[in-house]
Amino acid sequence: MSQIVHTVSIDRELCKGSMACVQSCPAEAIRVRKGKAVILDELCVDCGECIQICPNNAIKPQTSSFIDFSQYKYTIAVPSPVLYSQFDRKFSPNSILKALRQIGFDDAADVTYCCESVSLVIREFLTTYHGPVPLISPFCPAVVRLIQNRYPDLRELLLPIESPMEICARDQKLKKSRELNIPQEEIGAIYITPCPAKINSILCPPRKEESLLNGGISISEIYNSLLSVLSSFDKNINYSEDRCISGIGVGWAVMGGEAKSLQAENTLAVAGLHNVIRILDDIEKGRLRDLEYVECLACPEGCVGGSLTVGNPYISRSKIIRLTEQFSELAAQDWDTTKDLYDKGHFLLSQEIPSIPPKLLDKDIGAAIQKMKMRDEIVKTLPGTDCGACGAPTCASFARDVVNGDADINMCVFKVYEKIKKISSQLTELLNGSAFMSTRNHSGKS
Amino acid sequence: MESTYVQEFEVIGGDFLRAGQVSTQIKAILKEIGINHSIVRRISICAYEAEMNVVMYAQRGKILFSMNPHKTNITVEDEGPGIEDIELAMREGYSTATSEMQEMGFGAGMGLPNIKKNADTFHISSVVGKGTKLQIGIMN
Repeated sequence: MSQIVHTVSIDRELCKGSMACVQSCPAEAIRVRKGKAVILDELCVDCGECIQICPNNAIKPQTSSFIDFSQYKYTIAVPSPVLYSQFDRKFSPNSILKALRQIGFDDAADVTYCCESVSLVIREFLTTYHGPVPLISPFCPAVVRLIQNRYPDLRELLLPIESPMEICARDQKLKKSRELNIPQEEIGAIYITPCPAKINSILCPPRKEESLLNGGISISEIYNSLLSVLSSFDKNINYSEDRCISGIGVGWAVMGGEAKSLQAENTLAVAGLHNVIRILDDIEKGRLRDLEYVECLACPEGCVGGSLTVGNPYISRSKIIRLTEQFSELAAQDWDTTKDLYDKGHFLLSQEIPSIPPKLLDKDIGAAIQKMKMRDEIVKTLPGTDCGACGAPTCASFARDVVNGDADINMCVFKVYEKIKKISSQLTELLNGSAFMSTRNHSGKS
Repeated sequence: MESTYVQEFEVIGGDFLRAGQVSTQIKAILKEIGINHSIVRRISICAYEAEMNVVMYAQRGKILFSMNPHKTNITVEDEGPGIEDIELAMREGYSTATSEMQEMGFGAGMGLPNIKKNADTFHISSVVGKGTKLQIGIMN
């Protein structure tokens, strides 16, 4: 699917035109126009960085609510492993899954096992891969969108392996449909998400026709209901004894977890969209060819830093690391079974990823060159302070907007100030030169 | 009207902090103008390797970037030690980089061969003790 859908939107009632989102957006995809923030669809990658930055809570993710799922006979919550890091340590992953079953889902499935399977599959894939390197992890949808948008030539480096959340949804639907003897279409799989980008990948998956997940709810949306259920559990039951998650798999929630799980020598993990952009720039210039695999995640510290989470990302990170240690002893997955499924194509994706090019200066290259020159001329006359008062993040992006006809040069306060100064000096000159004023002045003085 | 875009950039030898910025800027301009992305990639590999050669070996250099709808030209002229044996310098794996540079991931002896591989036209001239001039052309 190549249609652009976004899961981040601005509430115009609440927006006060603050520049916070414009200046923090790593994709330079927000402008303030006529006092309200506007998202430029062709540039936004749905990372959600703006959601937490907005001082007026005016930026909202588009998540599904419980009512959307009433059409399904049976619902399964598929929580991101990040969810396990959002509560006090005394609440084990198993108790959190149990709580999910009490707040309205018929079942809750752990994803960490699937993360581990995918780790094993990537290891296998790398041993037989001889194409261009470094391969880029395709599991952060904001990074995939960025590549589709700004680095289309790097699409061939995206690993053609299905994501753990999709595999989990597929396995669970199959299992439940057999158990309950109902068609898979009547089972709804709902992702519990740390970010809007994952919801976007459910609504319009870049790598296949349709997602197996049926919607997403943010961690922050269900946090309170989960917490009250968790607090009501009998304190004498020790849920921490349960062996229910994969140590390798839960590590995927933090930066480096996926890369480390591959046990390959030349891997790299990068988090934060600004840093990802720098790495992609290097790859595009032909650098980093000595690397096999690069894990790129849009949020700082990885998925635990997602904008729809509740916990402090650093505290969440330490909880995840503790869980990886706690569940490290046993390899949760049986490689023979996984290998068999891999050989059958269970994990592979073959669809080509479409590019989503940003708006060009002009369709005609000659005209685009002219506009580029105009842009450079405009930049020279701007103050270069990147103050943002015009509503664009930088003077250069403002100049581009002016050339594109999306902004007026008089939206720059410095330009307006220059013009007022010029007009007022012309007025003073006119007044001083007028015969009437000079007589009055003369008579007044004498 | 002749539509040629020209911009000149300065590169300072030994300035590893800003190394690579010129090629990043050139790449951004080409993408905005709407040049085919596989061509942008070839041009940016050439620009990057040429820029890094100035940073690593020369005192200073100028990168002249000019493009029209049909062709992109990158001319890199530096003030530096120059190259004694151009044929040898063009050989894959040959490098005069110090071990420090190689530890930083540079100087693998692939720079000039890489430029030649990615360019449609390539010309190199050098005067020992004065500097080196590269002329790179890629059809858009």
